[in-house]
Amino acid sequence: MAKKVAFMQGNEAAAHGALYAGCKFFGGYPITPSTEVAEVMSAELPKLGGKFIQMEDEIGAMAAIIGASLTGAKVLTSTSGPGLSLKQENIGYACITEVPCVIINVMRGGPSTGMPTGPSQSDVMCAKWGTHGDHPAITLVPASVQELFEETVRAFNLAEKYRTPVMVMPDEIVAHMRERIVFPEPGELEVIDRTKPTVAPEQYKPYDTQFGDVPPLAAFGSEYRFHVTGLNKMADGFPTTKAAVVQAEEERQVRKVEANVDDIVKFEEYMMDDAEVVVVAFGSTSRSARFAVNEARKQGIKAGLFRLITFWPFPEKQLLAISKKVKAFITPEMNLGMCTGVVKGCVEGNAPVHGIFRVDGEPINPTQILDMIKEVK
Amino acid sequence: MSGRYELRFSGAGGQGLILAGVIMAEAASIYDGKQAVQSQSYGPEARGGASKSEVIISDSSIDYPKATVVDALLALTQEACDKYSHDLKQGGVLLIDSDLVKRQPEGNFNVVAFPIINTAKNEVGREIVANIVALGAMVALTGVVSREGAEKAVLARVPEAFLELNKKAFNMGFEKAIAARK
Repeated sequence: MAKKVAFMQGNEAAAHGALYAGCKFFGGYPITPSTEVAEVMSAELPKLGGKFIQMEDEIGAMAAIIGASLTGAKVLTSTSGPGLSLKQENIGYACITEVPCVIINVMRGGPSTGMPTGPSQSDVMCAKWGTHGDHPAITLVPASVQELFEETVRAFNLAEKYRTPVMVMPDEIVAHMRERIVFPEPGELEVIDRTKPTVAPEQYKPYDTQFGDVPPLAAFGSEYRFHVTGLNKMADGFPTTKAAVVQAEEERQVRKVEANVDDIVKFEEYMMDDAEVVVVAFGSTSRSARFAVNEARKQGIKAGLFRLITFWPFPEKQLLAISKKVKAFITPEMNLGMCTGVVKGCVEGNAPVHGIFRVDGEPINPTQILDMIKEVK
Repeated sequence: MSGRYELRFSGAGGQGLILAGVIMAEAASIYDGKQAVQSQSYGPEARGGASKSEVIISDSSIDYPKATVVDALLALTQEACDKYSHDLKQGGVLLIDSDLVKRQPEGNFNVVAFPIINTAKNEVGREIVANIVALGAMVALTGVVSREGAEKAVLARVPEAFLELNKKAFNMGFEKAIAARK
């Protein structure tokens, strides 16, 4: 049977990816340029026995999905810019309570209201450090409509597997552009569900590390009863200030991601075998970069593209290895140097890192990148 | 930049230009079997403000989704024409509404002008289909998608009750553009 093919917008594809992954609850508050995600979920979830709730604001939306996830449902919210700022307190709450959830944040200009309809890539630091305290962070940055579908499915998998919030962050261009998508058949993409407890209800502890760094999560409303709090907690979920427990728990929460970077980090290498100038890019900017790399190759310049698909955790060891054999890095991004700073940290001065920054609401075009490739080759 | 054909539909927010771009891209992608990417840019206003929708059509996969050198530009307002004509290539197609765009950009363009909105209002019967009149004209002037494919794409997007209206709008745009080109 021929596969289902459509010409679809990125945001719509993200919503269908969530449904493919088994999402049954959406709590949100509409905001440009992410609203189409909510639109599709509001139309489709009721047909599948799911629930869609438009909350009073983004803070409430984030709280709603945490509550829904604790009942056992796979959950989603979507937002943009100022909405992501509002969600931060509860994102921290989901981190410390270890509640799986997926947040789609479409990057628009900022700070504050900024340019609601303009593209940006300036939320990548907010994705990691927006909420206070040490905590795990997983952030995916797809570059096409097809990839937005697939990475949304992967976001649910990672959220369920590691009991943590996961962000999918397309820039406005990827979220709003339309292109061809081939829908995977059911079963074609892996779908992971959270591990449920196997112990008797009276023995269940929600943070019981005898089951490893990611303890099984029971569903509220079932025979399993447990306590959830934003305070530092013990294995049974109740608060503690015991130094050794707090230290160990904080470290375990961060270790869930840090010890599994190879499972989470995803990237694409294009023309990298003999590359001397490497463009590190993500989202729509990586499409400009690929165009520029192709043009550079036509002119005999050994350029390559390292495309981030996972932004957090960052592919540190890969970039360090590359830095030992190349002349220069170029980091185009629609912000004033967020990714550039991280790349500089990874490459330990082995090669210069040249940023190309734009925050004027216009995309970085291939010519800008090609000019830089020629300059630093 | 070979193999890419770049179109830009521009005007004011609310004129349906994003939809016109979407239909053009669907015609290429779904009905003509080509690669297409559609993107858009608009202001924060619900109505008014310069708005554009870009469509890249190619036989091979498309990396950069925005326009680089525009092959064909539609401008339904003076503001859009002023703002979005800077990267129209020499010899490129420039379709303008002759009632609304009085000042043409300097350059050697294939300018085609006819009263697009007035055609929708008075000859097709509804101003709201001006975007479909313009789409028909762009299909005629560029030849980048087939007339049949584009008409199918229009009709697939339209509610049953408005099929005839949109068909009429599309074909009137197509014919008027051919006539205006001569």
